[in-house]
Amino acid sequence: MDWARVLAQTAGELIAPTTAAYALAAIGLNIHFGFTGLLNMGQAGFMLLGAYGFAIATIHGAALWQAVLVAALAGAAFALVLGIPTLKLRGDYLAIVTISAAEIIRMVGRSTVLDDWTGGSSGITGNSFKAEFQALSPLPDGVTTIGPWSYANNGSDSWWLRIVAWSLVLLALLLVWALTRSPWGRVLKGIREDEDAVRALGKNVFGYKMQALVLGGVFGALAGILFVLPRAVQPDGLGRTATFWVWTVLLLGGAATVFGPVLGAMLFFSAYMLVRSGMRAALPETLLSTTQIEQLGGMLVGVVLMLLVIFRPQGILGNRKELSFDGH
Amino acid sequence: MELAKQPRSNCPRMLLGQRGIRLGILLALLTIALAVFAPATARADVSAVAECERSSDYGCIQINVFGSDRERVAGVTVTLEGPDGSSAEGQSTAQGPLVFQATVAETYTVSLDPDSLPAEYSATTLSKSLTVQFGSTARGTFDLTEQAAPGTASADPSAAPTTQQPSGPSDSSGGFFSDRFWQQLAGGIRFGLLLALASIGANLIYGTTRLSNFAHGEQVTLGAVLSYMLVQAGLPLWIAAILAIAACGATGWLQDAGIWKPLRSRGTPITQVMIVTIGLSIALQFLIQFLVGTGSFQVVTGNPTTFTIGPVTMTRMSYLAMGISVVVLVAVAWFLTRTRLGRATRAVSDNPALAAATGINTNAVIRLVWTLAAALAGLAGLLFALMFGAANWNMGLQMLLLMFAAITLGGLGTANGALVGSLIIGLAVELSSLIIPTDLRYVTALFILIIALLFRPQGILGLRERIS
Repeated sequence: MDWARVLAQTAGELIAPTTAAYALAAIGLNIHFGFTGLLNMGQAGFMLLGAYGFAIATIHGAALWQAVLVAALAGAAFALVLGIPTLKLRGDYLAIVTISAAEIIRMVGRSTVLDDWTGGSSGITGNSFKAEFQALSPLPDGVTTIGPWSYANNGSDSWWLRIVAWSLVLLALLLVWALTRSPWGRVLKGIREDEDAVRALGKNVFGYKMQALVLGGVFGALAGILFVLPRAVQPDGLGRTATFWVWTVLLLGGAATVFGPVLGAMLFFSAYMLVRSGMRAALPETLLSTTQIEQLGGMLVGVVLMLLVIFRPQGILGNRKELSFDGH
Repeated sequence: MELAKQPRSNCPRMLLGQRGIRLGILLALLTIALAVFAPATARADVSAVAECERSSDYGCIQINVFGSDRERVAGVTVTLEGPDGSSAEGQSTAQGPLVFQATVAETYTVSLDPDSLPAEYSATTLSKSLTVQFGSTARGTFDLTEQAAPGTASADPSAAPTTQQPSGPSDSSGGFFSDRFWQQLAGGIRFGLLLALASIGANLIYGTTRLSNFAHGEQVTLGAVLSYMLVQAGLPLWIAAILAIAACGATGWLQDAGIWKPLRSRGTPITQVMIVTIGLSIALQFLIQFLVGTGSFQVVTGNPTTFTIGPVTMTRMSYLAMGISVVVLVAVAWFLTRTRLGRATRAVSDNPALAAATGINTNAVIRLVWTLAAALAGLAGLLFALMFGAANWNMGLQMLLLMFAAITLGGLGTANGALVGSLIIGLAVELSSLIIPTDLRYVTALFILIIALLFRPQGILGLRERIS
């Protein structure tokens, strides 16, 4: 392995579909946490539900738009179910319930009970639901190379998927940008700053929180589709670690900012790749095996998250005054 | 600011027992799903091969199917499936491991076909995921149990609290109050007691600092990991246990001194501190993987001896673990209610400002709580590992949510709440497997948590005023 390959891999992560998926999930989490102050610790549950919704609907004959709709509705329904018991309680209850509910989704998904639908712990193979999406590609077959990026035009890990994924991220950014400037967005920020004050103004705080939870959850579900399009639906791939990754992405870029999640995702995944493949290139296999390098990389993520939250909780783009860390 | 250092020992890392056997007589290959519309992806990402040389262009996978005494079991159909749908199949042989070669570095799912298992064997784990890296060999081992156990095929690769269930004489009688019921009941009490041991510390931390500690699960695993490494270094079990628990307590002390106390002094909002505990949890989780690998490990090896009391059969270790749990729980209760320091702890829990005003050194109390909590968690981890025979890096992670459920159910911040909640959760988890599939039994606990929050958010022993 040489350094050119390390850099190419790092650059690849910048525009990878997975990066886009995490960016979109972080945009959803940003609506929850950044703008409304809701501690959603189960974003991976929304993603997994979206992925299952999309894949299962496609397998059972739904058109692409129907399958996407099913995924979005699954995310919205999950948000409703979670929000009703918890949004009136203190913030850490929402955290515990969301993380538990996400685990329930994962455990039910990987259990043998729903084997016929979810494929149990081995999940749903990618080719059983990807064809329809890939067939929509207007691009000619072949390989296109732009700078360090060289991918097939069509297929699983393709330019077509990258174009669609990042367009979706762009649309979500536009929507969030518009919402934060709207009266609705200002009420959300008001709830984050002082819930009681907003209630005193006659606003239905519970209703606003629920709307935020649903909207962010739908983004999470759509991110789940993007996450599984280059691979298969694997319940364990969207467990707690995925949620924590989304949080790291959001806090790195800056919560309560419009571009934070996207910057965070690009930076996080390319730096993560640079560190791991850099270590692989620099250190001989006898010193540290590839698995150990993965584990060192993981440790580094944990430490970076701790340092980030302690010393720069507003992330790269955030404004220290606009922090939602006081908990509701 | 200095981060708490975790103790590291130099004892040998666990190597998945595997000699370089390269003889593979392979039968069936194949099953490669082709994308009709995407010829670009139509290639074999993984295939069964006779031999896999180490190369930076692909990764190797070795699958072992062992019966008793690490004897290879032949004729079991093993399926390997990649995340993008590629898959390969092979059959285990008595000569050597089953070898696959993968051209895409991803996480693959390896599963055994339950129908292909020889009649005298049953599998506790039917599938695992393996992460393939280029230039290295990923190994997966399935240990089959040689008995006609009722097919409790748990798909959960972690140390699952369903130990062997020897079929009692009247097992076929059916009925809800059959022997199996009593067995599960005893298992539930056992699980509940150990869960209480682990969660009482988390609840004390919550009580005194209002912090939900997401790294508490790793503290549990750490107890098992440290004692495993000390036993591997040649110490007798009881010395290893004492040292490991002391070391766990020390990590709690160091964490508070290095991280939590400075954050408290800065007045950091508690939500922010909670996310710091998540970072710590990630870091510890990978540290533990780095120390002992991702496979399972045994603190003590050898066949466990069992005792039967009435309709209940459990290992000797289980009785011992339950005894230790009861003694320690009583000691903690005595400490909290009868000693000056314990009363001070409860005073801080109740109202830190008032406690400080009456001259209690709240920071010293909180330091003590962190140390005690980490030591108790370590003890729980060790007992779990001894009781279930094997442990792995994510056993604590698995328990964390059950701990949260127990604490919330019992009443956040109340000392007895953790005990009551844990027993309920333990019983619910074990008894529910009489009705629903075993791999869904943790779902019961989390479901109870959500229902409890709907109807009694302050928990069974909690006070209403604390919740909003």
